[in-house]
Amino acid sequence: MKLIKVKNCYKVYKNGTTAIADLNIDIDKGEFVFVIGSTGSGKSTFIKMLYREEKPTKGDVVVGGINVAKLRNSKVYKLRRKLGVVFQDFKLLPKLTVYENVAFALEALGMESKEIRPKVMKAIENVGLKEKIRNFPSQLSGGEQQRVAIARAIVNNPKLLICDEPTGNLDPDTSREIMGILEKINQELGTTIIMATHDKDIVNRMKKRVIVIENSVLAGDYLKGSYKAHESVKNTK
Amino acid sequence: MRALRILSRSIRDSFKSAGRNFSLSMAAITCSTITLILVSVAIILSYNVREITTTLEKELTIVAYVKKEATTENIEELKRELNQMSSVDNYNYKSADEWKAEMKNESETLNTTLDYLDNNPLLDSFIVTVKDVTDLKSTTEKIRKFEFISSAEYGEGMVENIVGAFDVVSKGTIIIVIALVLVTAFLISNTIKLTIYSRKNEIEIMRLVGASNIAIKLPFIFEGFILGVLGSVVPILATIYGYNFLYDKLDGHVVSNMIMLVEPFNFVFYVALILLAVGSIVGMFGSYRAVRKYLKI
Repeated sequence: MKLIKVKNCYKVYKNGTTAIADLNIDIDKGEFVFVIGSTGSGKSTFIKMLYREEKPTKGDVVVGGINVAKLRNSKVYKLRRKLGVVFQDFKLLPKLTVYENVAFALEALGMESKEIRPKVMKAIENVGLKEKIRNFPSQLSGGEQQRVAIARAIVNNPKLLICDEPTGNLDPDTSREIMGILEKINQELGTTIIMATHDKDIVNRMKKRVIVIENSVLAGDYLKGSYKAHESVKNTK
Repeated sequence: MRALRILSRSIRDSFKSAGRNFSLSMAAITCSTITLILVSVAIILSYNVREITTTLEKELTIVAYVKKEATTENIEELKRELNQMSSVDNYNYKSADEWKAEMKNESETLNTTLDYLDNNPLLDSFIVTVKDVTDLKSTTEKIRKFEFISSAEYGEGMVENIVGAFDVVSKGTIIIVIALVLVTAFLISNTIKLTIYSRKNEIEIMRLVGASNIAIKLPFIFEGFILGVLGSVVPILATIYGYNFLYDKLDGHVVSNMIMLVEPFNFVFYVALILLAVGSIVGMFGSYRAVRKYLKI
């Protein structure tokens, strides 16, 4: 079953820059997909279109049955409720505790407090931060802050988790920790994960599907584990 | 239920935010306080001026004196002619004898003086009121041209000057009030803009987790409302107590008994309501403007 269908998608910015050209990608439910590409390749634009931060100029981007291209500004929230987003810079609220940061996502949706508590606790447990629920972001390490951000992204049980370079600010050991958590979410909760990254070590080690975007076009779509082989062939040339 | 929770959360957040940006909120509140005090003064002034103008205008009549030689038929004809004039609202005919009797009643001196005279020196007259005060002059001129009218007067000069001056005051205050209301709206809008900036991350996260636009916008609209309402507290108290004090001090009239002030009871409460409405609407409008402009959703 397809969760994401991208068909003949183009994105041209107002200044004339073409960020995405004729992109066609299908992603199934429950998949774990890496999106890689150098800076300015169009990778970020692709990721942003998935949660409708950017709108395609032409073509379709269907996420969970919603066509992003046709989604009006006032209806964007309907899409966002179906997915979670994690960023490189965590985007936590500094004045709120770990618990409050995660609960904020549900409060903003107008959920009842007694409904919020078990959900928040479960999400925090999933990322292994149960002991630190009363801490403020400033009292946490980078890895822990990213775990809070992940907990916030999955607290509403989204079908899709979009990660925009979640390990970009973290050291290799912490990155590995975060990847472990994402893998667990993917395996245990069945959440589809799309992760943009620059970190080739992670990509090579995880052996997942890899989508390569270069110069605004789809440069490669490698099934589980075949990306490493492709890379080594390329390097020996 | 969900809507109610979003609403209560918005109210809670708007209070928090107004407190967090205390100095900015105070600036906006102070500004709307000053504006609303001036609005109040303007309303009180223009309302009183209007009342006085209306009173004065009611007093404005044309007195037309009939020539001595006019016969009863001539007077009947004059009445017919006055009836035909579209600008005339009403007229009252008073014969020379009626005038004499009235004057004799008014004072003892006049009574004795008039008794000494063999003939009644007074003239028959018409007291004419017009529908529209602006027609006063032209109507008087038309009446003067009637064959059996010796003269017609309407208190030229002074009355026109007073009415004209009041008109200027009235229009001037309205312009000032509009300008001040716009300035307040702009300042509240700016305050909200800064609030939006200080809560940028929060808004971004709200958008990401799928809060609806209305849930994001409501706290700011409420904040504008709160600022406007808080700004109207002092002006309302100042209006109620200030006007009452002034009314008592002046004994209800200015200069002469002719120029009466509007009674405070009810009037001040109407003004207070207007101030509250202006404060809250301007507050909401200002923040709505900022939300539309700076909250790109």
